[in-house]
Amino acid sequence: MKTKEQNLKTWFKSGSPWVWMTASGVSIAVIMTIGLLAVIAMRGLGHFWPADVIEAQYQVPGEAARVMAGELVQEEQVPRARLAAAGLPVDVKGGEFMTRELFKVGNREVYGSDFSWTVAEWMSEPRTPEDLMVMERREWGNFYGYLVNVKENGQVVAEGEAAWDELQNRISRVDDLHAQVVALEKGDIGRINHGLEQLRLESRKLELKGQLDATAQADLEARRAELDAEYKGLESRLIDLNQQLGRDSVAVKTADGREQDIALSKVVRAYQPNAMGTGAKLGFYVAKLWEFVSDEPREANTEGGIFPAIFGTIMMTLIMAVIVTPFGVLAAIYLREYAKQGPMTRIIRIAVNNLAGVPAIVYGVFGLGFFVYVLGGSIDRLFFPESAPAPTFGTPGLLWASLTLAILAVPVVIVATEEGLARIPRALREGSLALGATKAETLWKVVLPMASPAMMTGMILAVARAAGEVAPLMLVGVVKLAPSLPVDGNYPYLHLDQKIMHLGFHIYDVGFQSPNVEAARPLVYATAFLLVLVIALLNLSAVFIRNHLREKYKALDH
Amino acid sequence: MQHEVHTHGIDMAALGRQKQGLNLADETVALEVPGLNLFYGEKQALFDVAMNIPKQRVTAFIGPSGCGKSTLLRTFNRMNDLVDGCRVQGEIRLDGHDIYKKGVDVAELRRRVGMVFQKPNPFPKSIYENVVYGLRIQGVNQKRVLDETVEWALKSAALWDEVKDRLHDSALGLSGGQQQRLVIARTVAVQPEVLLLDEPCSALDPISTLKVEELIYELKSKYTIVIVTHNMQQAARVSDYTAFMYMGKLIEFGDTDTLFTNPAKKQTEDYITGRYG
Repeated sequence: MKTKEQNLKTWFKSGSPWVWMTASGVSIAVIMTIGLLAVIAMRGLGHFWPADVIEAQYQVPGEAARVMAGELVQEEQVPRARLAAAGLPVDVKGGEFMTRELFKVGNREVYGSDFSWTVAEWMSEPRTPEDLMVMERREWGNFYGYLVNVKENGQVVAEGEAAWDELQNRISRVDDLHAQVVALEKGDIGRINHGLEQLRLESRKLELKGQLDATAQADLEARRAELDAEYKGLESRLIDLNQQLGRDSVAVKTADGREQDIALSKVVRAYQPNAMGTGAKLGFYVAKLWEFVSDEPREANTEGGIFPAIFGTIMMTLIMAVIVTPFGVLAAIYLREYAKQGPMTRIIRIAVNNLAGVPAIVYGVFGLGFFVYVLGGSIDRLFFPESAPAPTFGTPGLLWASLTLAILAVPVVIVATEEGLARIPRALREGSLALGATKAETLWKVVLPMASPAMMTGMILAVARAAGEVAPLMLVGVVKLAPSLPVDGNYPYLHLDQKIMHLGFHIYDVGFQSPNVEAARPLVYATAFLLVLVIALLNLSAVFIRNHLREKYKALDH
Repeated sequence: MQHEVHTHGIDMAALGRQKQGLNLADETVALEVPGLNLFYGEKQALFDVAMNIPKQRVTAFIGPSGCGKSTLLRTFNRMNDLVDGCRVQGEIRLDGHDIYKKGVDVAELRRRVGMVFQKPNPFPKSIYENVVYGLRIQGVNQKRVLDETVEWALKSAALWDEVKDRLHDSALGLSGGQQQRLVIARTVAVQPEVLLLDEPCSALDPISTLKVEELIYELKSKYTIVIVTHNMQQAARVSDYTAFMYMGKLIEFGDTDTLFTNPAKKQTEDYITGRYG
């Protein structure tokens, strides 16, 4: 007994319990991080893999048997009683649990919804026919079924075996045409619309100043006519393109034998997953993944890509960093270097630290009340009276979102910079002063360069804090779907007044506001994964710059 | 190693000869302190210090820790201004002008009265940029002038041969002794009239210490040097005149030989014979 106690004592003395305790703390943290990343990565990234499409006989007892086709999405065990209670004609005898499967069956215009729950017991003869086709469409979601023939202007041009290749050719033609339409609409027509809007504003401005005389009016009219003429030309090209787009269609048949025509202009791609080998699937997967990060969303954000959201997130974070860093650094320099240290500075410091603890939504409310309405409203009254009553800056937008995040993150920058300034050895300041440098010169030439890694640390923390923030953004500038990016070819190129999309808000929107919950779920994970990736990337680049600075100005080993 | 010791021996002999026949009263005055009191808040740190620092000589301040020798040294270029609650009563005249008068340009004063600190404090820049720092502050930017200054400043700090091939490397890569000589070169580069050395060897190894001491000996032909040291042997080796301070008061000030061999005050004798301090 005694020896046991002794052993325990020596064990405690040896420090092993501490090592175990601290190490387990670290391992839990690591496991949680990896687990989080793994879960969202797997759930999100798996979505883009072209799963096999299963066709099977489905017989609900008491109903006629039918053929169904779709991708298996989920499988779960459900108590028999619950299924019976749900009104399904379940046989009361048998095991306690039944398998229930969720299929993505597509064909929303036929079945009413993309997904369908089935009871595994009632399913028979599952098969994966190679010519079973998945068609991604611009509306109504995916189509699952068989290709019958390809038509041009209503005339059948290819049938049977040849139809598939003909379809692929014609889809790539449609893709080209579609790209041309988008380029025309976003590029040239967008430019003309911008020009017309500018002309309208100009005329309104002159009117407000009372300078809208006959010559000015004639000049404006001439320019407007010029733009109108250009627009007419483009419009006819657009109509022409749309006609070409409408040329082809396909006849298709669903698994249960319903035939219909689909216009090819509505088709994004068609593929036969059951016929694809692993290599082809991998290629398809990469293409889908690329579409996800580089394309614009379709179908209420449940299909297509999220490029505008990525762009908006990065843009907003960068503008935030550009605003917050100088501001925070200046405040920190004053507090640490110039302000007389006393109760007043202490109070200010406490206030700044507490500012970091204010809930983010409060900043959002403040941003809406102050930035958007007061500041933006004044800017509109002073500089954009011609566009009234439509607000320019007096409405949520990129600038206000960035500013709101900037005040949210400024305490972090102040604290980090102050710590950096405090760490500069006194000896170095004295060395500079002793050479005849003034305090300002010393600050500028010695202290600030040496504190620059700390400032970068502050910026990194600010970016990390701000990039993941969603709540305040909903009030000050982030929307579900922004019609255009905040950067384009029209002067002034960066449109700070525009609303943006944001990955964080996108997650919320897709996850909770989507009309198609089942389809959106994997996208929530994928978007979350991407958000983490974007923030990590922003942070890593800042860390890279900081390490470079640190190497350059590494402090003395005092 | 052997070389160092050898050189040192020669210098010591030269030093010894040089010191014969010095007389404080005959010297030109560089810094005139008629009577100085200094307070840190309520606490008085210097009491009626009155002394004349001779021009182009080495003056050493010795005394036990906390006796005010560093404080006194720092009043000469107003480094004490940086200390909160530090108050100075009395004048210090540099070339007859009171440096504590209102409207004195402190930065200009510090350019004329350079200072080297206990610990080497090179800036985290290249060796070259360290030396030209003071010049750049004054707005000198011609490459030729800067290049020339770097060469002679490093030469006069006896560092040129060691660093001439790596002028653009970081100064932080130098050894402690080299760093301290670099700091001296940096201070010399702005051509001050007075050089204040605040225990410049206390953070250095013996060999580096010898090098810095030789340097002090060489620099004295051009600059008025005031050195604070803990080390009485060092004071005896490098200085022409020595001031002994105790409890914020100047006890004795005279030529080094006399002060060490035949001190006038009992307190001085007690200190140099090691009875306290």
